Amino acid sequence: MLSPAEIEALLLSLRISAVAVLCALPVAIALAALLAHRRFPGKAIVDGALHLPMVLPPVVVGYLLLILLGTRAPVGAWLLQHLGIRFAFSWTGAALASGIITFPFQFRAIRLSIEAIDSGIGDAAKTLGASAFDRFVNLTLPLALPGIVAGAVTAFAACLGEFGAIITFVSNIPGETRTLPLAIYSALQSPGGEAEAARLSMLAIGLALIGVTLAEFADRRIRVFAGR
Amino acid sequence: MSISVRIRHDLGGFKLDADFAIDKPGITALFGPSGSGKTSIVNAIAGLLRPQDGSIVIGGETVLDTRSGIFVPPQLRRVGYVFQDARLFPHMSVESNLRFGWRRAPVPAEESEFARVVAMLSLEALLARRPTKLSGGEKNRVALGRALLSSPRILLLDEPLAALDAARKAEILPYLERLRDEAKLPMLYVSHSLDEVAQLADSVIIVKDGKTVAQGPVFDMLADLDISALTGTPSFGAVIDTRVSAHREAEGLSVLSFDGGALIVPLLRRQVGQRLRVRIRAEDVMLAAEEPRTISANNVLLSTVANLRETGSTHADVQLRCGNARFVARITRASAHRLGLKPGMPMFAVMKSVIVDPQASAVAP
Repeated sequence: MLSPAEIEALLLSLRISAVAVLCALPVAIALAALLAHRRFPGKAIVDGALHLPMVLPPVVVGYLLLILLGTRAPVGAWLLQHLGIRFAFSWTGAALASGIITFPFQFRAIRLSIEAIDSGIGDAAKTLGASAFDRFVNLTLPLALPGIVAGAVTAFAACLGEFGAIITFVSNIPGETRTLPLAIYSALQSPGGEAEAARLSMLAIGLALIGVTLAEFADRRIRVFAGR
Repeated sequence: MSISVRIRHDLGGFKLDADFAIDKPGITALFGPSGSGKTSIVNAIAGLLRPQDGSIVIGGETVLDTRSGIFVPPQLRRVGYVFQDARLFPHMSVESNLRFGWRRAPVPAEESEFARVVAMLSLEALLARRPTKLSGGEKNRVALGRALLSSPRILLLDEPLAALDAARKAEILPYLERLRDEAKLPMLYVSHSLDEVAQLADSVIIVKDGKTVAQGPVFDMLADLDISALTGTPSFGAVIDTRVSAHREAEGLSVLSFDGGALIVPLLRRQVGQRLRVRIRAEDVMLAAEEPRTISANNVLLSTVANLRETGSTHADVQLRCGNARFVARITRASAHRLGLKPGMPMFAVMKSVIVDPQASAVAP
C-alpha cells in the first residue's frame, strides 16, 4: 500500500516530532512555572519573546537557525568541532526547528493550567511543611497535568505539519529530513506524483484524527485524576 | 505551648495592630465583624503574611522579628491552619491529604495518633475517597484532621463553619467541642458568630478595625456590657458553664448546677456530671425587686446588679452577678428607673428560657 520511501517519511515525521516535543517539554514547564509565579522586571518582554516562534513565519525561524547553527556559522562550527553535534542537514536539526516553532503551544497551555491552580492550595501545603520544590513536584505538576498533556499533544500535531523551518534549515533530504509534509511537496513537484501526494495526505489526515481522539481521551482521564 | 503576637501592618490604608498572647491549651476566639482584620492576623501567625513591624513567638521560638530581620517561612513554622474553604488537595485521596502534613512533620506522629484522629473525626469511611466526592462538612473534617496530624504547635481555624449551612454546622460542632475538651494545644478560632464563640471558646480576643481591643475568659467577655458596646452588637446575653446534676424524669426536667445556683431545663439526653454550656438571652431575663413566688417561670435566681448601660432610646442592659456567673437582662429604661437600679443592688432574675444545645435535648425542639 505504501512505498518504503513513504513509510520512511512517516516514521521520520513521528520520530522528529516526538523528540522535538519531549526535549522542549521540560523547558516549557520550567519557564511556565517561572512566569506563572514570579514577578520580575522585563517579564512582559520575556513572555513576548517566548511567544515569538508562534507568530514569526517558519521560514524566518529556519533562516535564523541556519545563520546561527549552519556548519560554517559560529555556533554551529563550535558545536561540531568541540562536541561533535551537527544540526545542519540532519534530522536533529529538523527536531530542533520543530521544537522551537511549536514551543509556544506547550508553554501557553502549561502556563494557563499552572495559573488556574488555586493559590490557596499552595498556602495550605506551606502550612503543612512543604518546601517550594516539594510543592512544585507534588502539587503543581500533577494539578497542571491536563495542561501539560494538552500542550504536548497540540505541539506534537503541529510538529507533524512543520514545513517551512525544516526545508529552510535542514533541506529536503530523503531518509534524513524529508518528513511527511516535505514528501508531499516533493511528490507534487515530480511528474505523475499526484497519487502519492494524495496517499500521503490521507495519511496525514488519519494521523491528525488519531491524535485528536487520543488527546480527548487522555484529557478526560487526567481531569478525573487531577480532581477537576 | 504558648504564643505571643505583637504586629503592625499597613494593608493599603487598613491598619493592622495586633497585640496579644495565649499561654494555655484550649480555644481562643478571635472575634470581630467581617473585614476587621482577623484573617490577616492568623495569616501573619502562619507566615502567609509578612507584617511590616513586630514580632511573633510560637512556643519559645521567634518566628518573626522585624527588628532583627527574622522571618521563618510558613513551611518551617509548624502552625496548623484550617482554612474556611478546606483547601484539600483535589488530586489526592482523603488518606493522602491526611498524611500530607504528617509525612512532613519533623517528628511525625505515631501511627496510633493517625488512627486516633481518624476515629475522633469519624473519617474511617472516607479515607479512600477523593475530595470532590465529599460534602462541605466532610471536607472541613478532613481539613481539620490534616492540620492536626501535621503535629502543629498551634492550630489556627479561620471560620471553619462559615461556609456551611446550619445542618452541616451542627455536624462539625461536636468534633470541635471534643477537640477543645481534649485540648493539648492552643487553638485560635476566627469567627464573627457569637453563637460559635459562645459554644466553643474558652477565651475571647476582640478585634475591631484591625486592632485587638480586649481579651478575657469567654463567660466574662460575653456578659460584659462594654464589650457589646465595643463590638457594636446588641448584648448577647450570657453563656454559663454548667454541669448536669440530676434528671427529674417524672416531671420531664433536668437540673443543671453552676457556680451561683441551679437551672431547670427540659429533660436532657446527657449523663449526670457532664459539662454543658447554656445560653441565656438578655431579652429572656426579667427583674423583680421581691421574690416572685407565684410565677410560671422555673428559674428565679437571686443576683446582684453589677453594671448598667442604656442602649438606644428605649432599653437598658443590666449586668447581673450570681456567684461567679454573670448574665445580662435587657429591660426598658422606664423599668430601670422605676426599680431604681444601681450597682450592688440585689435583684431576682426571672429566666423565661434557657437555651441548651439542641443536640443535648431529649425533646425535639
